[in-house]
Amino acid sequence: MADQTSTTNAWPANSVPTDLIPPGRKRLGWALMAAATLGLLATILVQILYKSEVDTIGFETWRPVVYAYILWGVALGVGQVLTRGEDGQRALFLLPALLFTIAMVIFPTLFGFYIALTDWNLSSFSGRKFNGLDNFWQMLGDPYYRNALFNMVLYVLAVFVEYVIAFGLALLLNAQIRARKFFRVVFLMPLMLSPVAVSWMIGKSLMEYRFGPAATLARHLGWENPAFFSNPITARISIMVLDAWTFIPFMMIMLLAGLQAMSREVLEAARVDGATPWQTFWQVTFPLMLPVSVTAVILRIIFKLKLADIIITVTSGGPGGATDSVSSFIYREYRDRSNVGYGTMLAMAYLIIIVVFVTWLLKFASRFVRNVN
Amino acid sequence: MSIQTTDYAASEIRSPASFLANRVFIYGALVFWAFICLFPIYWTITTSFKTAVDVTQGHLIPFVDFKPDWKGWRSLGLSPDSIFQTSTVREEFLKRFMNSVITSVGASSLAIIIGSLAAYGLTRYRYHFAWFKNEDISFFFLSQLILPPVVLALPFLVLYREVGLLDTRIGLILLYTLMVLPIVIWIMRDQFNSIPVELEEAALVDGLSIWGAFFRIVMPIALPGMVAAFILAMVLCWNEYFFAALLTSTDAKTIPVMVASQTGSQGINWWSMAALATAAITPLAVIGIALERYLIMGMTAGAVK
Repeated sequence: MADQTSTTNAWPANSVPTDLIPPGRKRLGWALMAAATLGLLATILVQILYKSEVDTIGFETWRPVVYAYILWGVALGVGQVLTRGEDGQRALFLLPALLFTIAMVIFPTLFGFYIALTDWNLSSFSGRKFNGLDNFWQMLGDPYYRNALFNMVLYVLAVFVEYVIAFGLALLLNAQIRARKFFRVVFLMPLMLSPVAVSWMIGKSLMEYRFGPAATLARHLGWENPAFFSNPITARISIMVLDAWTFIPFMMIMLLAGLQAMSREVLEAARVDGATPWQTFWQVTFPLMLPVSVTAVILRIIFKLKLADIIITVTSGGPGGATDSVSSFIYREYRDRSNVGYGTMLAMAYLIIIVVFVTWLLKFASRFVRNVN
Repeated sequence: MSIQTTDYAASEIRSPASFLANRVFIYGALVFWAFICLFPIYWTITTSFKTAVDVTQGHLIPFVDFKPDWKGWRSLGLSPDSIFQTSTVREEFLKRFMNSVITSVGASSLAIIIGSLAAYGLTRYRYHFAWFKNEDISFFFLSQLILPPVVLALPFLVLYREVGLLDTRIGLILLYTLMVLPIVIWIMRDQFNSIPVELEEAALVDGLSIWGAFFRIVMPIALPGMVAAFILAMVLCWNEYFFAALLTSTDAKTIPVMVASQTGSQGINWWSMAALATAAITPLAVIGIALERYLIMGMTAGAVK
């Protein structure tokens, strides 16, 4: 990935000595931060006691804790400026995003790991009970989950077909053509459209068995029984096509930018040396485009791993779970069975698989790109 | 990322015949793909003017194959003859539409504000939070991109119920902000890296504080990048379905959820479905055509170095 943090133009961190800040202001800052922290902890404590029915003072929901956290964040920011001067002002740039992300990701993920170890079902009245690794053992024996994981492998492999098409389109748009802007806007269009609306109108209407134009066309082309979603294999391919339709423009635009950033001299040189267009592409264009290609493919794979909405709306995983992605499977596990505990265990297992896979992918890709450069 | 014309294809001409074949192939492929991109949209729009018979017989061309009818739009309360009458469906639709507008604009704005600040800090200063350095913090933000929605969805369902944010627009805004924040930071970091530090150094010498320099010098220069990030974030939030489907029910439901829940007891009303889908995709289609330049700028940020 083109991941370059510029450290070259970063300024020295300690341009203003902290001694210039009067001790009174420092004390005020520390007092403020301490008070806010105490306030936050006190709110949480009162709420825990109230919810566990130890005392009677407290709030109906946990929302006051959210407010307390926000206040704590503000106090922390003010405290930073008061105690550390200009350094504090710099920290202020980063603090909002950092506090926001930590609150929104770390806490829910940890909480998720806890839910994953319970037998929580929202429709049962008994509430949640810790059941250790039961969900995990159930997951290992779940053929539908394994099938969903296998489908994810297929869906991810489909990215390479999308890549070939996207590269072709980028080459077309980069050729000397008229109305380039028109074609670019048109080719970009599918990316803008809501996948849900698209899957309704394409998946359920255009590809309708009886009257859909796509089915009619398929009949004309000699496919006698064009049921796009009834046979597991064609259903998977249909889902891949729908998803590709929406996301090919994304890769196409990145590859087009790469093509346009390529220096013309290299291509000139290849032509002067008598290379055919075919040779030029494989010996010059493609290797030069490799870094951009790798970035585009990896980003696309990351998006692909989240694939859910098309499947949920078009097939709801059917026929018989054949098209399920992991996300859509867990979605139905919750929607149909309210099985929060088990669903979360599946999600957490998926998260771990994804993190391992993407880390490996990035390592592999960086080695690959460096070798070429 | 300006788009310049490259005409090396012209220099590959060998003979008039092969040149012609080349042209025919290129334009044929372009037109073919344009058809693939546009036909579903055309189908959606025309279907919204069809009656039941026209849909089931697969009629394609208005005025030739079938007579356009306002039926689909009437069922939404948006046809010329029903627009001034009260319509519960229209009210429902407008409510969902406003929910979508508020959540996507709200989330994009919030993400732009905190994301730009963080990206600016990360490109200009060195931080040490405990043992975390700049690279680690950047990686922390960008790594959120791989987090699949399904991992957060169920914990959030429970947490939101506890804090009373379930089925509220604020709750959705917070989640969407989280979803687009890595992308915003990615784009804005690229933007700020391209602005020379000397500008701010001069501003500091002239007596501005570092925040003053950011707002008065850097922000105006980085504005196009912010617009690009904002639009990309808008697109992602507007089209988001997964969180909205799980976390909203009556009050905060957005357009995609409304579109997805249109199966009646007597099957699907294709005409009203198509009208709804058209209404759902129109805003972004307009944005896409009008602000295509910014979209491309946002998508290619950091891709080409």
